[in-house]
Amino acid sequence: MIERISVLAGRGRRSEADAVPCLEFRMGDVVSIVGQTGSGKTTLINDIEMFAAGDTPSGRRVLIDGEPAPAAFRDDPACNPVAMITQHTTFLSDLPVGDFLHAHARIRKATPEEMATAVARTLDFANELTGEPIAPASRMTELSGGQVRALLIADATVICHTPIILLDEVENAGIHRGRTLALLRQHRKIFIFVTHDPNITLLSDYRIVMKEGRIAALLPTDEIERSLRPAVTGLDDMMSRLRDQLRCGQRVRPSDLDALRPAQLRSFRE
Amino acid sequence: MKLVICAGPATTGKTSVLRHVIKKLLERGHRPAFLKLDIQFAEEDELITREFAIPTRKVYSGELCPDHCLVIVLKDSMVWGQKTGSDVLLVETAGLCLRCSPYVEDGLGVIVLEATSGMNLPLKVGPMLTLADVAVVTKVDRVSQAEREVFRARIQDVAPAVRIREANALYGIGLGPLVDTILATPDIGDTTLLRGSPPAGSCTICTGAREIGQTSHFGRAKTFDNGLTYEGAR
Repeated sequence: MIERISVLAGRGRRSEADAVPCLEFRMGDVVSIVGQTGSGKTTLINDIEMFAAGDTPSGRRVLIDGEPAPAAFRDDPACNPVAMITQHTTFLSDLPVGDFLHAHARIRKATPEEMATAVARTLDFANELTGEPIAPASRMTELSGGQVRALLIADATVICHTPIILLDEVENAGIHRGRTLALLRQHRKIFIFVTHDPNITLLSDYRIVMKEGRIAALLPTDEIERSLRPAVTGLDDMMSRLRDQLRCGQRVRPSDLDALRPAQLRSFRE
Repeated sequence: MKLVICAGPATTGKTSVLRHVIKKLLERGHRPAFLKLDIQFAEEDELITREFAIPTRKVYSGELCPDHCLVIVLKDSMVWGQKTGSDVLLVETAGLCLRCSPYVEDGLGVIVLEATSGMNLPLKVGPMLTLADVAVVTKVDRVSQAEREVFRARIQDVAPAVRIREANALYGIGLGPLVDTILATPDIGDTTLLRGSPPAGSCTICTGAREIGQTSHFGRAKTFDNGLTYEGAR
């Protein structure tokens, strides 16, 4: 079982070295990688996914439990401990959701009972993340953007047994971010988000800040930020509710903006 | 000289994979040459000459099946490769027919498949996959982890001995090990044999008959109910 992965510093676009000589991810960590578009976020997770050994443009090296990745991780995709979901990732299959998940579970689980349990757990998990429930009989191609994201995350977390999951800007489509993070924390894996979302970033244990292709800083979520989490999640939920209300043809009223609570925010400032 | 034959359906990224292979071979001080086989149009050879200044050639198969054409010209192309002083000859096939597999016994057979072509593809491909040494799976970032894993498992089901390399051919990520495998391949001798028999020959349609219907053709023929018949020359 993998306990930690380390990323030894490489260089950014202007050949300036990463600011963190050795970046450590420990099992159970939820991490965000933040930075402006083009700052090198995706390059960093590509380095992790491919177990860079000084052979990628950044020159970074990835160690597993302090050692270079075993050859099998790169040679045999079935041994690869990393699952990756990107903004381009989607399902191509046209099968009903239940059949599709069974096809995946069949290569992972030994008995029909284990398969059935894995499929049911995946569906439950996905349905926690999305407001629009997914039925086992729906066709994969009929799923909405939010349902697809929810199912991608649920499948990678429940059926794949990869201990490391990379999520590259998957938050945009309608999934419930606060609940996603809470659910993922029940699984002992390393979750690495590439994200522009303030809620996911603050709910992470720490964030890696990218700039001009290099790792510019590593910021643990500090005490003050942790105390702000409920307020930020409240704002995020408020925006989700507003979106749903407007989508359902309802009117929006001042009381729908209750989460703003200026008094509470002022008290944080003091 | 080492011989690499790269097959795979159209648009899977064969040229992108080979571009990165050429780049990595040059970085390691090798002298690759490149042959492109296609039916009536190809510019990969010119693009690769322009980018890497290595010896390249192309052969158009025209009326011939492109894989049959390759079998016929392969020997001369090896002589050409040796004359240019190259130590690795990379051959990119036209990649049209899933039944053919123009791999030879002493060379390295590489098939390029794209993960986006559906989970059932490995079950449909046949000898082009089962007789290969390495299967490079491209566009892995485009499909769900589930489909990627099922795709991989199905390749291993039909071709247990094939080594799978998952790659992002756009950026050349994951292709280092393929170059290691190429360099570990023994040099090719003067004579070499095809690994398998290409599809049944003496097809009357290939030789120009235009009548439709089973009774108009001879040799080995398929029937409507999926049977295989043999009929002597009419």
